[in-house]
Amino acid sequence: MESYLFPFDSLICMLLGISFTVLFTLLLVFIIVPAIFGVSFGIRRLYMKSLIKLFEVSELMLSMSVILQRGGAEPEFDMSDIFYFCRRGVESIVDDEVTKRFTAEELESWNLLTRSNYNFHHISTRLTALWGVGVLIRYGFLLPLRVTLAFTGVGLLVVLTSIVGLFPNGRMKNYLSDKVHLMCYRICVRALTAIITYHDSENKPKNGGICVANHTSPIDVIILASDGCYAMVGQVHGGLMGVIQRAMVKACPHIWFERSEVKDRHLVAKRLSDHIADKSKLPILIFPEGTCINNTSVMMFKKGSFEIGCRVYPVAIKYDPRFGDAFWNSSKFGMVNYLLRMMSSWAIVCSVWYLPPMSRMEGEDAVQFANRVKAAIARKGGLADLLWDGGLKRGKVKEVFKEEQQKLYSKVLVGNIWPTFSYEQNIESV
Amino acid sequence: MGSRASSLLREEDIEEIKKQTGFSHSQITRLYSRFHSLDKGENGALSREDFQRIPELAINPLGDRIINAFFPEGEDQVNFRGFMRTLAHFRPVEDNEKNKDPTSGEPLNSRTNKLFFAFQLYDLDRDDKISRDELLQVLRMMVGVNISDEQLGSIADRTIQEADTNGDMCISFSEFTKVMPGKAIDITADLQNGA
Repeated sequence: MESYLFPFDSLICMLLGISFTVLFTLLLVFIIVPAIFGVSFGIRRLYMKSLIKLFEVSELMLSMSVILQRGGAEPEFDMSDIFYFCRRGVESIVDDEVTKRFTAEELESWNLLTRSNYNFHHISTRLTALWGVGVLIRYGFLLPLRVTLAFTGVGLLVVLTSIVGLFPNGRMKNYLSDKVHLMCYRICVRALTAIITYHDSENKPKNGGICVANHTSPIDVIILASDGCYAMVGQVHGGLMGVIQRAMVKACPHIWFERSEVKDRHLVAKRLSDHIADKSKLPILIFPEGTCINNTSVMMFKKGSFEIGCRVYPVAIKYDPRFGDAFWNSSKFGMVNYLLRMMSSWAIVCSVWYLPPMSRMEGEDAVQFANRVKAAIARKGGLADLLWDGGLKRGKVKEVFKEEQQKLYSKVLVGNIWPTFSYEQNIESV
Repeated sequence: MGSRASSLLREEDIEEIKKQTGFSHSQITRLYSRFHSLDKGENGALSREDFQRIPELAINPLGDRIINAFFPEGEDQVNFRGFMRTLAHFRPVEDNEKNKDPTSGEPLNSRTNKLFFAFQLYDLDRDDKISRDELLQVLRMMVGVNISDEQLGSIADRTIQEADTNGDMCISFSEFTKVMPGKAIDITADLQNGA
């Protein structure tokens, strides 16, 4: 038995060895090195653009399926066809991404992830095949790649921050610590294939202030920290998180609270204000809706951070749900499960808006100030809905998409649809 | 998120809209949030430009006609009441409504009212008849440049022939209702899930 397998054994070993080497070289050249220097080849944006085109085509096929499956040997015009366009039109008027943000969204365009398609029924073998290929790519290629990157990023963070911690305090140490943090977060960003667009960077938070952002998922931290250096706030955890926390605090002062300290509001407020008073320390990053699982901490940060009386830099983060649902329903999924889902999605596309700093006004109490900041963030994130296409220059593509709808509908009328319809032709023309 | 917007909508208004349109309280507040986010000029009313800013609507072949349906005759602003009235046509019919008292007046989302909404999309000059030209116009919007005039003309002629019962070469509302398939014509997904 063994002698039979022997020649194949070494062959398999060789193949595995080669593929690992190739993978690691690719990783290093295309992902890690650019991350270290903060440059980008633009591979992710290209990937995002091709995904968008693919989603549009499958959406078209899916949505017209109602008309296409009307049945009968001779499809012909029916006056009720107008309802199809009518329905889509009114749906787009009613559809609202801002208020939908807190429930897992039902996507109009099926983005080839089964978990987002709740009404899936067999439309065509082509679409199913496409989905199957998608699964293979996502779980077989993207997921291992991303997990490797994630481990690399986290590992480097721990090791390098510990090394930087050995330096004496001073400008050199701060400079190195900033670089190390940025680099590792950038690797993590690539580990999630996050494609982030930063707007209004002139409003980026400065030392001696608090950065406040809306909170959709734990990834928010990584997204913000890869563009700027912040002091993190949180509870001391055990295990891997604890190791990471202890390493990070060696390189630059983050604020970690013991479990017992968390309940003492005055202690929390004092530590935060002490940190802010020291202008050499980084701005504090806080999510008023709370990152902690322990709800009592959430209550305290909500008022606490606004009572301190320093400048607040609001930040709005908005995710594009077509690429993967970033929302974390913590009652349904644990952290590891959530990260796995994130890493096996197509990509995470989001926009970050830095809003101008705000301070508490005369006669305003903490709660009113907090509401004012939240309203500003909501407004910015809400505006994103209708101006979402700004960064992608989809204006031109949209016109073509309208014509595509007309073309497809005409084919239905004239009666030669499924046998000759090929979406390859559509991708090129789109 | 929508908390500031909903505070501008008073309880009495919500009750009235609820009675008129049949939407639930949470649906109304949610749609008010949506109305508010579409209203760029912040003057409590939507103009045609506000609608056209919605990307999916802009690419809809019948987009302009649908937008038109929101605006009453000759006006270019629609307030929240009007917005809700038009949307109410597409509210899915709840089960408990089917047994409602027939004398209380027809709800806005009855089948007849939905069909009348569609009829008005065809009937641009509001003379209660769909002429061959009006039908051709809508067909042309839906197919773009992909079908020749003659072919489109014959499709239109055939449709009128099938529907027209009184020989006036136009489709009246009653003829229109007769040729519509019996199944419900609903917009279900968003409004249902929104509640």
